[in-house]
Amino acid sequence: MSGFNKVVASYDEALAGLADGMTVMVGGFGLCGIPEGLIQKVKEMGTKDLTCISNNAGIDGFALGMWLENRQIKTMISSYVGENALFEKLFISGEMEVILTPQGTLAEKIRAGGAGIPAFYTATGYGTEVAKGKDTREFDGRNYVLEPSLTSDYSLVKAWKGDTMGNLVYRMTARNFNPMMATAGRITVAEVEEIVEPGELDPNNIHTPGIFVQRLIKGSFEKRIEQRTVRSA
Amino acid sequence: MALNREQIAQRVASELRDGYYVNLGIGIPTLVANYIPEDIDVMLQSENGLLGMGPFPLDDEVEPDLINAGKQTVTAITGAAYFSSAESFAMIRGAHVDLTVLGAFEVDQNGSIASWMIPGKLVKGMGGAMDLVAGTDNIVVTMTHASKSGQSKLLESCTLPLTGVNCIHKVVTDLAYLEIHDGAFHLRERAPGVSIDEIREKTAGQLIVEGEVPEMRLG
Repeated sequence: MSGFNKVVASYDEALAGLADGMTVMVGGFGLCGIPEGLIQKVKEMGTKDLTCISNNAGIDGFALGMWLENRQIKTMISSYVGENALFEKLFISGEMEVILTPQGTLAEKIRAGGAGIPAFYTATGYGTEVAKGKDTREFDGRNYVLEPSLTSDYSLVKAWKGDTMGNLVYRMTARNFNPMMATAGRITVAEVEEIVEPGELDPNNIHTPGIFVQRLIKGSFEKRIEQRTVRSA
Repeated sequence: MALNREQIAQRVASELRDGYYVNLGIGIPTLVANYIPEDIDVMLQSENGLLGMGPFPLDDEVEPDLINAGKQTVTAITGAAYFSSAESFAMIRGAHVDLTVLGAFEVDQNGSIASWMIPGKLVKGMGGAMDLVAGTDNIVVTMTHASKSGQSKLLESCTLPLTGVNCIHKVVTDLAYLEIHDGAFHLRERAPGVSIDEIREKTAGQLIVEGEVPEMRLG
């Protein structure tokens, strides 16, 4: 069984081998479902020239906003980056390359990458700037754009529970990009709220089977809320 | 009188049907949720991975793991489902969502839409908008008919970077409800008290007015 024990004891071990210039996927939608401790650790390591694939870029001073402050990202691939003033500055000054990608296309590029599919056709973005320089093709009278898939050197994902074998379960909308990113990483590191023994998670309800996870670490999460919105009773 | 934001949302709500799965964009489209007719059931899809979005939580119900596509805290209704972003966009791109409502900067007479980028201003990204307009045929765009300086947003051809081409067929503005086909805007309803002349004046694209154009019914 020990060959299947994915648990690591420290963030050093969790991110061992991460080097300058690598491609890193980071799960989450806004600040929901982000691997907080792993992001913090990469900031402390100071790894540079990263290609970072994440739906958003955090906020000023928190989450991926910390990598921006540290100038660790060379290229950012995201669908929406609205909540970050520093991001705008780095983008406009040309210090950081930004590849804006439609959210569904981004999700599918990662899914395809993890599934061994090099590219796929989608109608999304046909006739727009997103399609510039890409192959297009007509199927049944409709036009599609050929989109290459994405993989990573390291995928940093966040799950709710993981067993020691790396089987993962996500909670509510904190799932988002995490399952696809887990499949697309050469090394996938999962940071979870709780580590349980094999058998404690129902095999019928595993979201990410352990084959996709190389390292598992128990994190502690602030779970900061970006837009706290309530109704009155 | 031109419609306010709430009234635009009210008019869009009359496009809802019992059993619809609906994606509401940020801004005016979000307000449509307040005007779902009481005698029908709809399920709201939030593209970050929730089908069956409920109202905002009470203060003691706030849950950081449960947000909408605008990153606001929300609730889930009975019968809701959570899923990944890939599965979410399978619903959207795969045309399983019955109705999408989203805002725009410009729409043109061929049904192209510009909604995500103004060159020279902050570029925030398209989020899921390009996927949404590539999905269902049943899209309602909400917008003001003209800018504050009086420039029409219903154009012969969009001037801003596009979100999608030839994909929009219904527009609800503060002045009118229009349909787009055969390379023209077709005026179907006027906001109460708004004249055809005013709509004509504020529509830069080709506008076709057929017969008596009724006033909108709200609520």
